[in-house]
Amino acid sequence: MERGLVFNIQKFSVHDGPGIRTTVFLKGCPLRCAWCHNPEGRSPEREILFNEDRCLGCGQCREACPHAAQVPGRGPLPVRHDFCQLCGACVAACPTEARQMAGRERTVAEVMAEVVQDRVFYEDSGGGVTFSGGEPLMQPGFLKALLEASVAEGLHTAVDTCGYAGREDLLAVAPWTGLFLFDVKLMDSERHRRYTGVPNATILDNLRALDRVHDRVWVRVPLIPGLNDQPGDLEAIARFAASLRAVRQVNLLPYHKSGLQKSRRLGQSTPLEGLAPPSPEQVAAAVDVFRAFGHATFVGG
Amino acid sequence: MTPRTERLRRASLDAAPALTCERARLVTEFYQAHEGRFSVPVMRAQCFLHLCQHKTLHLGDGELIVGERGPRPKAVPTFPELTCHSLDDLRILDSRPKTHYAVDEECLRVYAERVIPYWRGRTMRDRLFAELPPDWREAYEAGMFTEFMEQRAPGHTVLDDKIYGKGMLDFKRDIAAAIEALDFTNDPKAYARREALKSFDIACDAVILFAERHARLARDQAAREVRPERKAELLKIAGVCERVPRHAPRDFHEALQYYWWCHLAVITELNGWDAFNPGHLDQHLLPFYRKGLADGTLTPEQARELLECFFIKFNNHPAPPKVGVTAAESGTYTDFANINLGGLLRDGRDGSNELSHMLLDIVEEMHLLQPSTNLQLSRKTPDALLKHTLRVLRKGYGFPSIFNADAAVQEQLRQGKTPEDARAGGCSGCVEVGAFGKEAYILTGYFNLVKVLEITLHNGVDPRTGRKIGVETGDPDGFESFEELFEAFRRQLRHFVGIKLRGNQLIEQMYAAHMPAPFLSVLIDDCIATGRDYNDGGPRYNNTFIQMVGLGSLTDSFSALRETVFDTGALTVSALVEVLGKDFEGHEPLRQRLVHKTPRYGNDDDRADGLMRRVFQACFEEVDGRPNSKGGRYCVEMLPTTCHVYFGSVTGAMPDGRRAGLPLSEGISPVQGADRHGPTAVFKSAAKMDHIKTGGTLLNMKLAPSLVATVDGIDKWAHLVRGYFKMDGHHVQFNVVTADTLRAAQAHPEQHRDLIVRVAGYSDYFCDLSRELQEEIIARTEHEGF
Repeated sequence: MERGLVFNIQKFSVHDGPGIRTTVFLKGCPLRCAWCHNPEGRSPEREILFNEDRCLGCGQCREACPHAAQVPGRGPLPVRHDFCQLCGACVAACPTEARQMAGRERTVAEVMAEVVQDRVFYEDSGGGVTFSGGEPLMQPGFLKALLEASVAEGLHTAVDTCGYAGREDLLAVAPWTGLFLFDVKLMDSERHRRYTGVPNATILDNLRALDRVHDRVWVRVPLIPGLNDQPGDLEAIARFAASLRAVRQVNLLPYHKSGLQKSRRLGQSTPLEGLAPPSPEQVAAAVDVFRAFGHATFVGG
Repeated sequence: MTPRTERLRRASLDAAPALTCERARLVTEFYQAHEGRFSVPVMRAQCFLHLCQHKTLHLGDGELIVGERGPRPKAVPTFPELTCHSLDDLRILDSRPKTHYAVDEECLRVYAERVIPYWRGRTMRDRLFAELPPDWREAYEAGMFTEFMEQRAPGHTVLDDKIYGKGMLDFKRDIAAAIEALDFTNDPKAYARREALKSFDIACDAVILFAERHARLARDQAAREVRPERKAELLKIAGVCERVPRHAPRDFHEALQYYWWCHLAVITELNGWDAFNPGHLDQHLLPFYRKGLADGTLTPEQARELLECFFIKFNNHPAPPKVGVTAAESGTYTDFANINLGGLLRDGRDGSNELSHMLLDIVEEMHLLQPSTNLQLSRKTPDALLKHTLRVLRKGYGFPSIFNADAAVQEQLRQGKTPEDARAGGCSGCVEVGAFGKEAYILTGYFNLVKVLEITLHNGVDPRTGRKIGVETGDPDGFESFEELFEAFRRQLRHFVGIKLRGNQLIEQMYAAHMPAPFLSVLIDDCIATGRDYNDGGPRYNNTFIQMVGLGSLTDSFSALRETVFDTGALTVSALVEVLGKDFEGHEPLRQRLVHKTPRYGNDDDRADGLMRRVFQACFEEVDGRPNSKGGRYCVEMLPTTCHVYFGSVTGAMPDGRRAGLPLSEGISPVQGADRHGPTAVFKSAAKMDHIKTGGTLLNMKLAPSLVATVDGIDKWAHLVRGYFKMDGHHVQFNVVTADTLRAAQAHPEQHRDLIVRVAGYSDYFCDLSRELQEEIIARTEHEGF
């Protein structure tokens, strides 16, 4: 049985494809987008999240930690320490869920058991299951097995991808995928590399390849003020998307700050700390850009 | 709204609720003069006639639908034959900040000099409490259960379509025929039947007379009226009042006015629970509406204005004030009239029509506290009506609530009703199901499930008072397994349900003997045919409910006990009980662990939901099918109204992490904040209960406006509701508000007086709620979309 690392299963997910859906978040992502709103999905390893607001200061995490003696200080453990083997004892000991483990090893059967729980809501609404991340294609065998199992259950499937994946892996899951939610962030490869950590050639080539074998793609464009909305940026994406026959609609995803809090809980830096979400006017202007190219354009999932 | 209805609405909103002693004075003078002269039913009918003859009339400027229970809008009468307020009660009503009723000096004087001296010891409340056994009183005082009939009469019923084809003269003919058919030779009850039928006949006359007094008043006003338009309206009103209720209505206006007479008569004769209710108003009015449009005597605008006038009438009638525990558990101006929209026709077809939409528009535009409205959603109901309802709900008024019409039919079929009677039925009050026009479906009291566990954990003793009110089910440390604990709980449950049922039987029979309802009996089949009163088993169906409260809190407490004591052995029962006795003082980590690390109901987690099913099954087995004294049977209902707050206040800390005195979970909703996986998981958990075996369940859900802002959001919302109902869910009500809005309303009530929220089976002004209830509504999980 295939196993993989999953960091969340979100019921009543209404912004990741049509209808009422469950979104399964697979852990691990090849990109390091500055604006990432799921930072706990980036590392392909498990991680500890610590929510300071919930901490009682009871110290039960330290009592449970097998390496407590080596960790300096007293009271609650820090989010990370050098001796941590991710055994999870502190998470289990924490009474308030201030400490949580991002990422759990799960079998296909375990994931599917949760996914089918909301079947009654998918069937009425035209919904189904969406696999997201992280980048789900970082775990290609697991993803393919999940998709096959979902299709066998009669569910509509969607894959939410950043597109930075092996061509073979992408094309291998395409027959089991009802809808691709495909991110296109910037057409300028150098700036793409600067903000996401990778150039965009692989991504764009993958989308072209997918376009030849699949016929249902929603292009998703994050709107990050000052980063990917320079004059011409959005037009370039709109023009590219218009050249593909499989693109059914474009979804603009305005930047929001929920990722910052999670980064802090991971003990990570937050490069866009001061960045404000785009104004309604900026969002409306972006919509106009895409509509001018004939795209059915929506704000949000 | 038209300028007229805007003015009438404003006047209704601005009128301050006040007590009127007129009814108390008239009833007292009648009883003093006539006590002992008539049989009980005839006495009641004559008293009602006396009221209709002598009460002060009100016909306000601009009104089209006329008639008030009191001498003016929002003047609320009292019912001393049921409960006689003491002077202290009256002063409290006058001075309390919430659900205040102004009481003037005259009222205090009339009560002191005439009402109290006569009624002390003679009221139903006094007589019931004198008869109820000590174990009942102890359990009642401990907060194990409440009792509906200790200060209001049985009511809880709804009208069907019968009045729209029959005038009071037609009912009188049926009554005469029934008297004629009595067999005094072979039917030993013939005399009792004749007295009942005589009382029904007098009640018909009383209502005709009441309407005719209004006709005369309208003609008097018309004679003095200088504005020609109003003069014409007054003459029209006079004509309508001369026609109905004497005869069947011929048009839309007469139909509405006729219902309103029936409504006023029912709520004047007695103070029955949940006032009264026109039921499927859209279905009943449709023939009059279409006929009026076809023959050119009615326009949609006129119909809408008449309906708006009709709605304002409901809002003019706050519930009569309660006292004592009942005031604590149901402190509201709402009198629970709950109009049904959509639903099914008697023959099973979709019952929604253009008036369903018009009524929704009125609800949205007027957003009055009363009447409540609900959508009866069947598989056959078009999405257009569901989505229209959701668009109204999106405004955040907290209504309409949404019921599963198909489940309501199944529930009634299980109770032995015919398919036709079941479909013509619906939901009323908060969430209860009944056969409209044919059933007395009586709520008898809320039942504190969590307290049963508390007493089980103390071997029959109530830790709050130290009194032993339960049975000895053993030292809880002696339980070898969770099963033994659960069995002890079942024994305690049986004990207290038994006490409640014995009390109910007595109360029912006392109402049958002493407090018949002649006019209501005219309206409900088969009281005339059988010659038996509404309160004496006359209706075709007679189901009685006990409303179970605290399902989520109890389930989570069992889950915590199973996990902490029996599965992991982390604590003994007595160690846990000791911590509970200290209200978790010094044990916050343990409390947090119970809250966060225990499987909890509301997350589609079978470990907790399986316990919920066992708890429900236990309640069902103890209550369902037991006979009442009227030939009917008992049913469980899963409804708290606001009683979970009162019950919480008398229940100590529990293993689910709830601190002493805080509210219990309400209805079948999860414990506030325990549901962590969004609305679909809540619906899945709630649907694991067999709703078809209940008489109604209540599920509250709060949604953030952002989730339902778009067309797509409304679509998904509609599917969410359909999904729940596909699983036989009975009812759901949505509050679309943000916690910020509610906090702002708490801080500045004067700016948010019009904020209406769904409380539990009904809506209320947020600013009128107690601080505790306000806090609870804020705490209910906001289900954000992701």
